[in-house]
Amino acid sequence: MPTILFYLFALIMIGGGIGVVALKNPVSSALSMIVSFIGLAALFVGLNAYFVGILQILVYTGAVMVLFLFIIMLLDLKKEEEKQFSSSSIAAGVVIPTLLVLQLIAVFQTSDFGNFQAITPESLAMSEQQLDPSIPADSVIRSSMAAENLADRKLPDVNLIGHKLFNEYNLPLQIIAVLLLVATVGCVALSKKLKAKS
Amino acid sequence: MDSILIQLLIILVKIVGFTFVLTLPLIAYSVYAERRFAAVIQDRVGPNRTGIPLTLFGGKKDLPVQGLLQPLADGLKFILKEDFTPSHVHKFFFWIAPGLTMVPALLTLCVIPFGSELWGEKLVIADIAVGPLFIFAIASLSVYGITFAGWSSNNKYSFFGGVRSCAQMISYEISLGLSIVPVLMIFGQLNLTDIVTWQANHGWLLLPFTFDDGFQCGLSQFGGAIGYFLWFPLMLSFFIFTVSIFAETNRMPFDLPECETELVGGYHTEYSSMKFALFFLGEYAAMIVGSALIVTLFFGGWSLGFGLDALLQDAQGNWLPYAGLVHLAAFLGKVIFFILFFILVRWTVPRFRYDQLMKLGWVVFFELALINVLVAAVIMAAPSMIERGESLALSALALGTIIFSALMFYIAKTFDKKPKANA
Repeated sequence: MPTILFYLFALIMIGGGIGVVALKNPVSSALSMIVSFIGLAALFVGLNAYFVGILQILVYTGAVMVLFLFIIMLLDLKKEEEKQFSSSSIAAGVVIPTLLVLQLIAVFQTSDFGNFQAITPESLAMSEQQLDPSIPADSVIRSSMAAENLADRKLPDVNLIGHKLFNEYNLPLQIIAVLLLVATVGCVALSKKLKAKS
Repeated sequence: MDSILIQLLIILVKIVGFTFVLTLPLIAYSVYAERRFAAVIQDRVGPNRTGIPLTLFGGKKDLPVQGLLQPLADGLKFILKEDFTPSHVHKFFFWIAPGLTMVPALLTLCVIPFGSELWGEKLVIADIAVGPLFIFAIASLSVYGITFAGWSSNNKYSFFGGVRSCAQMISYEISLGLSIVPVLMIFGQLNLTDIVTWQANHGWLLLPFTFDDGFQCGLSQFGGAIGYFLWFPLMLSFFIFTVSIFAETNRMPFDLPECETELVGGYHTEYSSMKFALFFLGEYAAMIVGSALIVTLFFGGWSLGFGLDALLQDAQGNWLPYAGLVHLAAFLGKVIFFILFFILVRWTVPRFRYDQLMKLGWVVFFELALINVLVAAVIMAAPSMIERGESLALSALALGTIIFSALMFYIAKTFDKKPKANA
């Protein structure tokens, strides 16, 4: 059953991807990109990564693509539709994906899937039992949401991501936040300046 | 294989039951309720004639049951009307836009817990661990329907409507997401069923009292008396969240995408018959999901509250066989209350201007929600910090929050004023 769904969503995703390139109307391309993103999110969900899949939709489909569309709709579409593909752009379109595919093949060649274990209710229950026995029974970790979820045979992906980000990578997280804020403030400052001049 | 088939069948029954048997009639009757309630407010009668047409079967008089069959007549009319597609539209987008509005609104229903358990089955279609995020993600897709409708109509008024709704929904998603951060900090998780179970045991989030074991306040587990102060950030969360839901669902007073006085009919000017009806249904479906989310996060979802849920459990803490039905009724009652509240607001508050709407979202609610997160975090950290003897650090934190808030208020107050020297 999961395999059928995998192929279904992979097909949707690839179809969307081809649509982005092949369709002439920019709005149709944007719609194909949205379809592709949704297929990708479904693939993440199929891998038990609910949080990543939902973020994919929330950030890329729900926010980034809306802004893209916003801009595209304000353009003069007639000009775009008449454009012909130039040979140089087709060549670039062939070479760059080929390089990426080669890189992917290289990664698969060198990676070791020997210890791979599928996430099933049984494997989650096992990992709950394998929690470090040196942790005392009344410690915070035993009663944390992640441990509770494991006991319920659910993958506590949100809790684990949050724990990892805010404990081990707190400083990089803060720095990225500041960087994004700087970019936003810069954007606003630039647009304000243009307005004042005109 | 058989167990998988049975599971699929159960899920199918749940989907059909919750979407088509429960929510679609609720949508139809909230349209009816809207018209009757509006009539009451404006001192009119409203649609009270459509009843059982006995004259069709040779009776002497029709039986008007307070117009309760009006939704049926409306639906029939929408289906039978001519479906007209203007010649100047982008056909493909014109056709998929109504579906793109309606489908996401109904998809979000699948994570909402309608009740506890009936015959050992949880009354929720998909009990996933990222409930509220799922609803925000899928609901944000419905912006495409409206935007495509506006753009593909190839009409300036429609286009304005689409662009307005696009900007409005993106802006209010920010305050929507930030406003529930304090709520999620208290629950510590994103699974909506577990959130409701917490509220069944500790009292509703905004009325956190239980009486089954003597009077108790559910917030006291966050450091006794200090925990009570959490109620204020939560109340603010509720306020911001509710107002943002109004903006997200394009309801009055924020229905600028279809503002008749400026944009004819807004994004659906060119639409007729069933395609128009799908936009209409999508709006009401979004409203119902919004009320369901407010109820689930702040008013205990399906739980009866005040410790009454303990009466529906046996000695081992399992739900009684009929508990699911009681909870379903409680949930629907609360949701209907909020739908009526939405309608009441629509017919009482006048429409905002577009710049006022944007200012409210970006200048007022965004900052308020940020400050709210900080305040809730300080209150939650306070008990353990006092216990560890870090009172000085705590007061520094509180002072920092106050200074930050004051700065925010100052910026929000002054940012729009033009410098006088240039003027």
